[in-house]
Amino acid sequence: MSQALDEIKIGGLGASRKRVEDNRFIRGKGNYTDDITLPGMLHMEILRSPLAHARIVSIDASKAWDIPGVHLVLTGEMMATRNLAWMPTLSYDTQAVLATDKVRFQGQEVACVIADDPYIAKDACEAIEVEYEALPVIVNPEQAVAEGAPVIRDDKENQQDNVIFDWEVGDAAGTDRAFEQADVISKLKLHYPRSHPSPIECCGSIADFNRATSKLTVYMTTQAPHIIRAAVALVAELPEHMIRIISPDIGGGFGNKVPVYPGYVCSILASILLERPVKWIEDKTGNLISTGFARDIYLDGEMALRRDGKILAVRMHCDSDHGAFFSDAQPSKFKIGLLHSAFAAYDIPVAHLSDRGTYTNKAPGGVAYRCSFRVTEAMFFQERMMQAAADDLGMDQAEFRRMNFVRDDDFPHRTPFGFLTDSGQYAKCLDVGLKAVGYEDFRREQTEARKRGRLLGLGISTMTEPLGAGNSREYDILGIKMFDSADLKVHMTGKAIVRTGARGQGQGHETTWAQIVSHELGIPADDIVVEEGDTDTAPFGMGTYASRSTPVAGAAVAMVSRKIRAKARKLAAHLLEVSEEDVEWELGRFYIRSAPDRGVTIQECAMAAYSNMPDGMEPGLENTAYYDPPNLTWPFAVYIITVEVDPETGVWDVLKTVAVDDCGVRINPMIVEGQIMGGLTEAYAMANMQFITFDADGNCVGSNYMDYLLPTAWETPGFELHSEVVTPCPHHPIGAKGIGECAAVGGPAAFVNAVIDALSGMGVRNIDMPLLPDRVWEAITYHRDVSGAPPVRSDD
Amino acid sequence: MTIVYEDQDGQAASDIPARRIKFVINGQKMIAEVEPRLLLSHLIRRGLALTGTHMGCDTTNCGACTVLVDGRPVKSCTMLAVQADGHEISTVEGLATASELHPLQEGFKEEHGLQCGFCTPGMMMAAKALLDANPDPTEEDVRWALSGNLCRCTGYQNIVKSVLWAAAKLRAESGEA
Repeated sequence: MSQALDEIKIGGLGASRKRVEDNRFIRGKGNYTDDITLPGMLHMEILRSPLAHARIVSIDASKAWDIPGVHLVLTGEMMATRNLAWMPTLSYDTQAVLATDKVRFQGQEVACVIADDPYIAKDACEAIEVEYEALPVIVNPEQAVAEGAPVIRDDKENQQDNVIFDWEVGDAAGTDRAFEQADVISKLKLHYPRSHPSPIECCGSIADFNRATSKLTVYMTTQAPHIIRAAVALVAELPEHMIRIISPDIGGGFGNKVPVYPGYVCSILASILLERPVKWIEDKTGNLISTGFARDIYLDGEMALRRDGKILAVRMHCDSDHGAFFSDAQPSKFKIGLLHSAFAAYDIPVAHLSDRGTYTNKAPGGVAYRCSFRVTEAMFFQERMMQAAADDLGMDQAEFRRMNFVRDDDFPHRTPFGFLTDSGQYAKCLDVGLKAVGYEDFRREQTEARKRGRLLGLGISTMTEPLGAGNSREYDILGIKMFDSADLKVHMTGKAIVRTGARGQGQGHETTWAQIVSHELGIPADDIVVEEGDTDTAPFGMGTYASRSTPVAGAAVAMVSRKIRAKARKLAAHLLEVSEEDVEWELGRFYIRSAPDRGVTIQECAMAAYSNMPDGMEPGLENTAYYDPPNLTWPFAVYIITVEVDPETGVWDVLKTVAVDDCGVRINPMIVEGQIMGGLTEAYAMANMQFITFDADGNCVGSNYMDYLLPTAWETPGFELHSEVVTPCPHHPIGAKGIGECAAVGGPAAFVNAVIDALSGMGVRNIDMPLLPDRVWEAITYHRDVSGAPPVRSDD
Repeated sequence: MTIVYEDQDGQAASDIPARRIKFVINGQKMIAEVEPRLLLSHLIRRGLALTGTHMGCDTTNCGACTVLVDGRPVKSCTMLAVQADGHEISTVEGLATASELHPLQEGFKEEHGLQCGFCTPGMMMAAKALLDANPDPTEEDVRWALSGNLCRCTGYQNIVKSVLWAAAKLRAESGEA
């Protein structure tokens, strides 16, 4: 009898396998875009607009051309002659590549220089003389729709104002009727400030056009290389088979590296014109002021409540600020992403949501920053409204949530905005969290401390996030359906290579995809190599963002492994000289049902696929699977934070952070926990310090790491994680759900709720994020709400 | 850095000022001709092709470019190459020997102290300076020593554990010795 394989030992499902990719990163042997040098490579730098809104009177680049070592100066006028001054966005709008008529935000790309050396290119950018005629500036939606506001997008025919869209979802009339029945109506106005994903590595590309082969190879910082290939083919009108996009190691993405940026386009055109490789590496200021921002949305929310705490209806009106071009990266059917995923975890009969999107003189983007398309805003609004409603009712924060949860036996559950949630144990997660934080004891301690003038607070947030777009019926980007793919080749010695259409940026795909194959085939994970990011070798996929890798590409890895297993079964039957029906499978081995000690390993089947296949069987052991998920996956989490606020300074410290995440089956628990801790840190950052704002002239405040504050090891609190609640996804092949973003999505409200809770009785209903000490101090001192909407005061 | 220019109207590469510097990097003695304005980080990355030293922000904030100069952690994007004249530099490539990883490298892998890996070399160099000076740091010591280095992926908790793991291993090794 053979010994059954120990799945954990071979690095299968559930093993906290050490990461494969670490071997190169800890040696400084990663291969990021800026690490690549090609023979004859030139360097590109971008000249950006210092003004937020201005007509371009003239551009004189003659002094730049005169600098030795300069090969090319590109301006909007030159781009226009090739029909490349404008490009389509991911939301069916257009975006300037290099400005021709006017600049519409501070930091907009005006010209670029290609030179022998980046220092020379920078010198030459400074030598370009641009004359501007300043125009009035708009920095928020209120200004955008005000009477007499200048039209920012006067380049567009039929655009008479600054409104991009009016979008609504839900049942307006039913919601109105429910509000008429309410005992209590709870209202809350909030601003979720503009933020920036800000991976430490900025964006960049190396375009390499080879005239002899007509092939364009682009190394670039992209989370979605196949989408980029399609975009280049359609925009630059190059044949798709002559375009190869390679996404090497990526130094963090968080949504920032999904869109197409002007820098990529200019480096490609420059390489075609000069027939030499052209490298563009953005600096930090360029990254922060011009590339995909996130959030920047205003809520006017109302909740209709019965006296006993039952929620009867929710009404949300939002105003979203999209900057100068509507370039949100999101499924095309949903103008404001999945904002309508709000309240999916609560049993609410009817709801209505509307959103007006406006242009402003700010950078475009609207990327899904560590979230599944505006889900972060949805959960923040939801949990801030839940806190305000419980306070208005005089109910306990935990009990109010518990009584409104969708119950475990109510699945599948149709949310008031039309999503179908399929699984979860919401009350159980809450119980685990409350126990871990010591809820009753903390409330007693809080009351006692208050008598002595100390301000303690506790904030609860729950979240359920729709992760893993498609299905393809509902979700597409620019018409391309949102599925994903995996390609598996098992070599004759039983070693294998798996490739997917996703592209990790730190999530550990090279480790976890092998674990899924290992779980399905019993091949040790160390015998499987994972490759992603090269469009010439990887199967077509939509890339990695919105926590979609495990739900979609990960599912494809499982499905392709099953195809391989089906063929291996035929090979096993042939080797064992029995019919296929008599063959049973256990991890890594087929055996004869009636004689279990007679079997063949998956490795022996692999060898047979190349050396001893039955007559008529196609040789080889490889396959591809395209996976179109039947639904999104719905992880659930409860985050509970306790804080102490210093009443003298407004500074607040985190006492305890408890996270209870139910993300279904965990492929690699170590990696899952790493994702949760990273998300909690970004949540803390947004609640505490991290935001991008603007003054009245449209100057970006937050254009470098001295103004755009990110937490360090010193400020970041410790985290207590709980994994005891596991509700497998009913439709995912291995029961997994997305996890990468949950804590960043659900966390911010928990921090804010904790600080607001600490100020209870002071008449403070809201302080807009980030809860900077001066804002908290102002709320405590003047007993009033504090808004954070731009423009900021000049003395800030 | 060697740059070859097209000679336009008598202006040529010879007009570019250059300075000769001598330094030691990862134990190897070197000579370089550099523009006076060249950043140390660019000398390391482009001149010496040691691309493990990363550049994140150009403004001394993120710490991805941290190297050791005479044993002290320095953000190499804010030091000029000419200032390295006569000094000794260590980068991430100098941490491991041919056969053996440095305990910090092992610790980061063991404790899942990295995700995208971009901040990791700078983190490890800053941590090395700490452990060289203080072989038995507290968690607070580690957090303070790394507070000049930004990470967007991990939330730092595992980075701190990685450094403490390395400290324990180094202490055990020196106890054996």
